[in-house]
Amino acid sequence: MTAGSLGSQGFAYRAVGAATLLALFVASLFVGVGELAIGSLADPEALRLIMISRLPRTLAALLAGSALAIAGLVMQTLARNRFVEPSTAGTAQSAALGILVVTLVWPNASLGWKAAGAAVTALAGTSVFLMLAHRLPPTQPFLVPLFGLVYGGVIGAAATFAAWHLDLLQYLEVWMTGEFSGILRGRYELLWVAGALVVLAWWTADRLTMLSLGRDVSIGLGLNYTGMLRLGLVIVSAITALTVVVVGTIPFVGLVAPNIVSRFAGENLRHTLPGVAGGGAALVLACDIIGRLIRFPYEVPVGTILGVVGAVLFLVLLLGRNSND
Amino acid sequence: MIEIAGVSLALGGSRILDNVSLTVPKGGVTALVGPNGAGKSSLLSLIARLRPLQSGRITVDGLPVDTTPSRQLAKIMAILRQDPGVASRLRVVELVGFGRFPHHRGRLTAKDHEIIAASLEQFDLSDLTPRFIDTLSGGQRQRALVAMTFCQGTDYILLDEPLNNLDMFHARNLMRTLRRIADEHGKTVLIVLHDINHAASYADRIVAMKDGAVVASGQTADVIRPDILESIFGFSMRVEHIDGRLTVLHHA
Repeated sequence: MTAGSLGSQGFAYRAVGAATLLALFVASLFVGVGELAIGSLADPEALRLIMISRLPRTLAALLAGSALAIAGLVMQTLARNRFVEPSTAGTAQSAALGILVVTLVWPNASLGWKAAGAAVTALAGTSVFLMLAHRLPPTQPFLVPLFGLVYGGVIGAAATFAAWHLDLLQYLEVWMTGEFSGILRGRYELLWVAGALVVLAWWTADRLTMLSLGRDVSIGLGLNYTGMLRLGLVIVSAITALTVVVVGTIPFVGLVAPNIVSRFAGENLRHTLPGVAGGGAALVLACDIIGRLIRFPYEVPVGTILGVVGAVLFLVLLLGRNSND
Repeated sequence: MIEIAGVSLALGGSRILDNVSLTVPKGGVTALVGPNGAGKSSLLSLIARLRPLQSGRITVDGLPVDTTPSRQLAKIMAILRQDPGVASRLRVVELVGFGRFPHHRGRLTAKDHEIIAASLEQFDLSDLTPRFIDTLSGGQRQRALVAMTFCQGTDYILLDEPLNNLDMFHARNLMRTLRRIADEHGKTVLIVLHDINHAASYADRIVAMKDGAVVASGQTADVIRPDILESIFGFSMRVEHIDGRLTVLHHA
């Protein structure tokens, strides 16, 4: 009955979404300082530019965007609050602190080891956040994101202080501000691991959704509640660590994409997860293209663009929701 | 059969349950009554393995609830607690569908869809199926949760104050449905009730608790007596037979 009408509506949304993503993908391949016309693909020099720089950059934006959107979605499920995401609640800051520690102890560590170190500290930082957040009264939904901002701020300040002391401030700046201009072939492939985590989230979507039914209901339905919480934590921490290491912190994606989708399609992750991932990918890629064009031939980091675009979108969502309810 | 032997529970230094032993036979409706803070909900949580057992032993159909895999228990026992705090923006049909999770673990079969549709129909939710649960009234949401619990299709159904927020029509509908599944399908229903007259007219047995202990337990007619009710609730009330139904007049 209703499933049919919802299905065709969902199909239309998905078709429009896929077309938008494809258009952004093509645009991203042909926008940049190096001149490249669409007709010039036969030129081997042009093809080299695409294979070494433009395509990796585009793929990095897609992977980071979709993974961060999913990390936000999972984190909101874990915190049982729609207004938190990794970059505003201490996960990204903990990851940056972790990279700092690895850099200090082992200056020549590969990106992979840095990501591993960052994942460990991100896991610790997020666990502490969730533990404390669960103690806050559920009647005050805005307390959790506020607490997250303070918590993330404190960890970020500690990282800044340590970096300043050790003369590593410019490194920290790289991890704190997301940008894709440095992405070349051979420097983004770790993000495929983040992509694999998105697939893992989709595979466990039913069980992730059940977490949001609360502890009692999920145990009553035979779910391994604690195990699922842990898996969610690992997904959030690993995605955040990987993106911070490879491209730096990109704010608001994890907040905006899941909130827009849940407005229209709800929160049954089995159905909404592809939309959230696609939305995050499109948002990041679009902001990266804007960043390449806005001060051409110079570039504005995607983190900065999203800081503005994401904040505006999020405010619209917040105010829209209030007037609706 | 639910067997509870020597169960005690202490939370934050205060004693919630004190050496409770109780047997709930298979089949029929058993009502758990008693004043606030008697330990009814805590006992239900322990039976449903929502809380770790501190001492004593609880088995459902011979399975110890503390060591049997949770997945296995979910196929024989369903629990609905008071105000479970469902924070998700799901459609009614999706929420109710999760009741089938213990059986399908992610892939709904045609039979699952059939059961879900029947459950929605049963609790008067058919018109609300595409609605998001955060747009429902308290009573509608409660009905959706009850429907989800029914969908689980278990032999044992544990309900903690399921009449909360329900209007008279839907409260009566739920009690009659419980009566019917107990009579026609041999289900075992253990239900915490505050309205003593619902217990008096629908339950086969009544277990009365007070201060963490079972103070009376037996056939409904043996427990619904002025002297016993007064010892449980602390004030005197009249018990009358009206049209053959036990009725407690407690408003005087």
